[in-house]
Amino acid sequence: MNSSARPATSEELDFLSVQKNSQFRETFLRLCQNKAAVAGMIFLVFLILLAVFADLLFDYQTTCVDLNIAERLQWPSAEHWFGTDQFGRDLLARVVHGSRVSLSIGFIAVAFGLVVGGILGAIAGFFGGAVDNVIMRLCDVFLAVPMMLMAIVIVAALGASMVNLVIALAISCVPTFARIVRSAVLSVRDMEYVEAARAIGVKTGRTIFRYILPNCMGPIIVQTTLRIAATISNTAALSFLGLGVKEPQPEWGALLSSGRDFIRDSGYLATIPGVCIMLTILALNLLGDGLRDALDPRLK
Amino acid sequence: MSEPLLRVEHLKKYFKSARGMVHAVDDVSFTLEAGKTLGVVGESGCGKSTLGRTIIRLQEPTSGSVFFDGKDVSKLNRQGLWEQRRQMQMIFQDPFSSLNPRMTISQAIEEPLALYKICPDRTSRQKRVAELMDTVGLARRLYNTYPHELDGGRRQRIGIARALALNPRFIVCDEPVSALDVSIQAQILNLMQDLQKEFHLTYMFITHDLSVVYHISDEIMVMYLGQVIEKAPAEKLFANPVHPYTQALLSAIPVPSLHDRRERVLMTGELTSPIDPPAECRFSNRCRFATDHCREAEPQLLEVEPGHFVSCFLCER
Repeated sequence: MNSSARPATSEELDFLSVQKNSQFRETFLRLCQNKAAVAGMIFLVFLILLAVFADLLFDYQTTCVDLNIAERLQWPSAEHWFGTDQFGRDLLARVVHGSRVSLSIGFIAVAFGLVVGGILGAIAGFFGGAVDNVIMRLCDVFLAVPMMLMAIVIVAALGASMVNLVIALAISCVPTFARIVRSAVLSVRDMEYVEAARAIGVKTGRTIFRYILPNCMGPIIVQTTLRIAATISNTAALSFLGLGVKEPQPEWGALLSSGRDFIRDSGYLATIPGVCIMLTILALNLLGDGLRDALDPRLK
Repeated sequence: MSEPLLRVEHLKKYFKSARGMVHAVDDVSFTLEAGKTLGVVGESGCGKSTLGRTIIRLQEPTSGSVFFDGKDVSKLNRQGLWEQRRQMQMIFQDPFSSLNPRMTISQAIEEPLALYKICPDRTSRQKRVAELMDTVGLARRLYNTYPHELDGGRRQRIGIARALALNPRFIVCDEPVSALDVSIQAQILNLMQDLQKEFHLTYMFITHDLSVVYHISDEIMVMYLGQVIEKAPAEKLFANPVHPYTQALLSAIPVPSLHDRRERVLMTGELTSPIDPPAECRFSNRCRFATDHCREAEPQLLEVEPGHFVSCFLCER
């Protein structure tokens, strides 16, 4: 090879100035090429903005709490876009305020489950042997109890409040994440580049976070989006059982279940919160699929 | 003669399996001089890759020692081993799986530089990466590309650059060209030979391709079921193979001539299982010359002529 002997062209000398975009920017640009993912992202951003600025749009006390029997059970109109509920409260205001609760419970609980379960799963998968056995058998114990029952037990034991609800839902996500991450790690652990990393002196922690986990993002992202969706509907179910958010605080699941009583004459009361849950979940799934593809440099 | 760069003594690597211990590497001893290339040949599963990995301690040896420059690598603690890795590196077989698909070329080459804090700052590190890319013949415009965008030969060059980044003295090359096209194989082999001259590298070159091993090796070691059965300088081994297995191997090299037909030594019989092998010559099941004596004891590695070692009862008499 005599490439070092020949004079370098200007193009070659410029290689450092043509720095690549940062990883984040590159992923984002790739994500933007996926129309479905962009739609999902826009919808989620819109929802999050609504949740953040809910107080500016609708005063919590007057629109979501105070009763206004005169206007009860009105169908959607120009004045009340989503209609009113059995106490005459504006459903749009309650849905907007409800998104705060539903989204934050969904995201926080899943984030906790992802971090704890992910670390446990990565440790179990990477080290194997006795460590793996202990962690996974513990997870099996948790998985043997149905998620709903587990959440009910925890909330019942700690008392019904939003924090306890998040704790209950987070704990019930941990074992599933541990399993998913472990199986993904197992499939990557014996790849030659992991061994190569060891040969060039990469230490264990860095090997896991830089070599193994980035290569098992696919199933983890898909699981995360599905899990957020499931957690939102579980919150709804727990609220329905009276173990979650208490009246008059609005929450999508609670709205859905209270609308159930009026479904024959005022179908919109149950339908609108249900559609909100569905759209959020759909948006999350679209974004998740897009992210998975955008994070994989092979699918450029 | 000075102390050899690498001295392996009674190295063993056994794996547990459901049916017993798999003797992947069984009592291997050899020495390797600095600046030389040792070719290790043998069929699939004979333990040649395991030997290479055990020497640089990607796998823990079951017993035995590896002396590198007088220091016993097999006894080093974690920190000591980490320091030692600067001196001993590895080039992997499959350039498609030995590179992290999520890292660009420059990140892959930069990784060891950053970990061992070889360059003081980012700019000098980038410069060094570019230098290394020049050294192995990778165009600088590929600086920010991902491995999947490149062909096998270029990927293998990345693997070589990554191994060279730490300025090692000894490199285990685990079938570095067997996953490549023949035309690319020659390029990579020539590159490796050039690098050897330039940086005074010592190679342990693991392969099953006999023409490759003759091309690149100073000495050749033939392995069979975890043991060294013959070791000799390359010319001697090709001119005068002594062990029946080596003879059979060499007769399998195709000759590019219609008229010059050689006798093909065909092997029959089953490969002895590497799981708890009995104390007999491990080749005896397939050997043309096997006698009862071959099935009663294990032959030892003996010097039949200067520098030429063979492990066979036939040449003991």
